[in-house]
Amino acid sequence: MALLDVQNLTVEFPTRRGVLRALDGVSFSIEAGEVLGVVGESGAGKSLTGAAIIGLLEPPGRIAGGRILLEGSRIDDLSQSQLRRIRGRRIGAIFQDPLTTLNPLYSIGRQLIETIRTHLKLSEADARKRAVRWLEEVGIPAAAQRIDAYPHEFSGGQRQRVVIALALCAEPALVIADEPTTALDVSIQAQIIALLKRLARDHGTSVMLITHDMGVIAETADRVAVMYAGRIAEIGPVAEIVRTPAHPYTLGLMGSIPSIEHRVERLAQIDGAMPRLTAIPQGCAFNPRCPRVFARCRIERPDLLPAGATEAACWLHDATIRPLRAAHG
Amino acid sequence: MPAFILSRLLQAIPVLLVVGFIAYAMFAFVGDPVQIMLGQDYTEVQRQALIHDLGLDQPFFVQYAKFMWRAVQGEFGISYRLARPVSGLIAERLPATLELSVTATVLSLAVGLPMGVYTAVYRRSWLARGFMVFSLAGISLPTFLTGILLILCFSVGLGWLPSFGRGEVVHIGAWWTTGFLTLSGIKALILPAITLGLFQMTLIMRLVRAEMLEVLRTDYIKFARARGLTDRSIKFGHALRNTMVPVITIVGLQLGMIVAFSLVTETVFQWPGMGLLFIQSVGVADIPVMSAYLLLIAVVFVVINLVVDLLYYAVDPRLRIERSSAQAGR
Ligand SMILES: Nc1ncnc2c1ncn2[C@@H]1O[C@H](COP(=O)(O)OP(=O)(O)OP(=O)(O)O)[C@@H](O)[C@H]1O
Ligand code: SF4
Ligand SMILES: [Mg+2]
Repeated sequence: MALLDVQNLTVEFPTRRGVLRALDGVSFSIEAGEVLGVVGESGAGKSLTGAAIIGLLEPPGRIAGGRILLEGSRIDDLSQSQLRRIRGRRIGAIFQDPLTTLNPLYSIGRQLIETIRTHLKLSEADARKRAVRWLEEVGIPAAAQRIDAYPHEFSGGQRQRVVIALALCAEPALVIADEPTTALDVSIQAQIIALLKRLARDHGTSVMLITHDMGVIAETADRVAVMYAGRIAEIGPVAEIVRTPAHPYTLGLMGSIPSIEHRVERLAQIDGAMPRLTAIPQGCAFNPRCPRVFARCRIERPDLLPAGATEAACWLHDATIRPLRAAHG
Repeated sequence: MPAFILSRLLQAIPVLLVVGFIAYAMFAFVGDPVQIMLGQDYTEVQRQALIHDLGLDQPFFVQYAKFMWRAVQGEFGISYRLARPVSGLIAERLPATLELSVTATVLSLAVGLPMGVYTAVYRRSWLARGFMVFSLAGISLPTFLTGILLILCFSVGLGWLPSFGRGEVVHIGAWWTTGFLTLSGIKALILPAITLGLFQMTLIMRLVRAEMLEVLRTDYIKFARARGLTDRSIKFGHALRNTMVPVITIVGLQLGMIVAFSLVTETVFQWPGMGLLFIQSVGVADIPVMSAYLLLIAVVFVVINLVVDLLYYAVDPRLRIERSSAQAGR
């Protein structure tokens, strides 16, 4: 049984001009100890998927369909107070900008101890010991002294380490990291990713790693989900996604894989832009930009189809018409 | 910390000097004190003698310096109207104004703060909407109208509360009088305190609400939610504390306003405080009383500012720089 199983997840925003469907039938799973990379252009729905899983969609956004299972039991229909007990304890979250994710008025120790004691039955003193241990583990020097320091007394990279400690201090089985390095200095990004990777391995934590950086995905993830316009375009093992992508959109993204020498922050520039939620074309959402588009793409929408080692939402892989991957050359 | 207080006090000195200058300039140039004090019949000798007594024949800056020096010692000259030392008059009236202002302040904070938090946290509830409508009324009604409406309702209509005066007061020590210790004193305080506090109360409520809504949208509140902290801790711990940082300054200044604006309320309710004294003095250009009042209000603002700074210091660790600079670094 997968640790997390997302089935047919649909998220909608009711607006004055009708209902916006921001996620449309997203399905994927994450195994225990696995790192799933999630990539896609801005607005593809990556953050929304994470928010839906931990039950923190901003109203009026709501889960309109599908199921989310954590260790086999549904969590999408839980009450807020039940969800609260899951957040931090079974699913942790790491946000993008460490300069704004820590409460400036509380010492980091206080924030850690509160988080620990919210989820674990520990005395203040034991929680403090645990907090110091976590700070050491994320690489804060002189943790025992610095635990009483305030966020503004740490550098950006150190703050993200503290954020990671906060996300992991109650030992969740899964952590959702939403662009954990985007706001950081380039020189620190690799350290933070390495730290996350090491902690996940040591604690057997699964990671859903949302990023724009294909280089990070290639180094870190076990599997990759490529999102486009609120759906999963392709999902599969990292090696296949990177080397032999089956979906034309993924292929476009990989064209932009930055080499170590020239790291680029954003994903490849594929001609055109992702459609807005109000103007998603009929058929395959990628069809206006797709170099391989053919008649069927403009009429019928493809679901995920087996495409060799991966699954791709693309008619090129409809086994009833063409042999697998043959179209690719 | 003592250095911090000291520097704040030093910064206040120029402010007080400027206000003192204005107060003195008023004293020197508005109306002719000699004329006022002598009345109709006087000889030139009497006039010259008085000018000399008042020091009006000396250079302006000497007069200003003397004025400030005496002010520091609590001497503001003799009231033209009542022919008594101004310091004595002020001392008589100070307790009434302070008791009224403090009561209004406590009232506006004790009601305004929780209402602000409530309307932010339960934004969509009917009670919160009711509070918002009520606050609009409180903000837009002028103080004197509030006072008159309250008098009409509770004094004239229902006859529950007195419409003027301070009730029976009790003397404490040499110069303090209090209305807190008698039933009639407390009854007399209720309407003026509500009148004076209402505007500030609604202002505080709206301010707290706006700041709190802002804070509830921040990343650190989202991250606190994502860590599964309890709703109670997030709203009344993390969010409220951050709300207080901007609120403290504005509320502090507003409380200064309470003391300053008490003169309208004191006039409506014939409350025997400094504001009423000031209004009565304006009518007859009783300059010594007016300038003393002005200086006193300036001192009140300076003290409030100092308290605000100290509170800031207590709430916001980012201001406690000395400690952090020693430990900063990667
Ligand atoms: N409150 C909202 N109301 C309406 N639409 C929303 C709202 N929040 C998000 N969306 C829409 O949902 C879509 C997905 O947003 P999401 O934040 O998940 O994108 P993302 O893939 O994380 O992008 P980025 O890489 O920029 O972070 C976007 O098209 C956005 O316009
Ligand atoms: S379905 Fe058609 S338009 Fe869509 S990605 Fe495949 S080939 Fe391109
Ligand atoms: Mg995002």
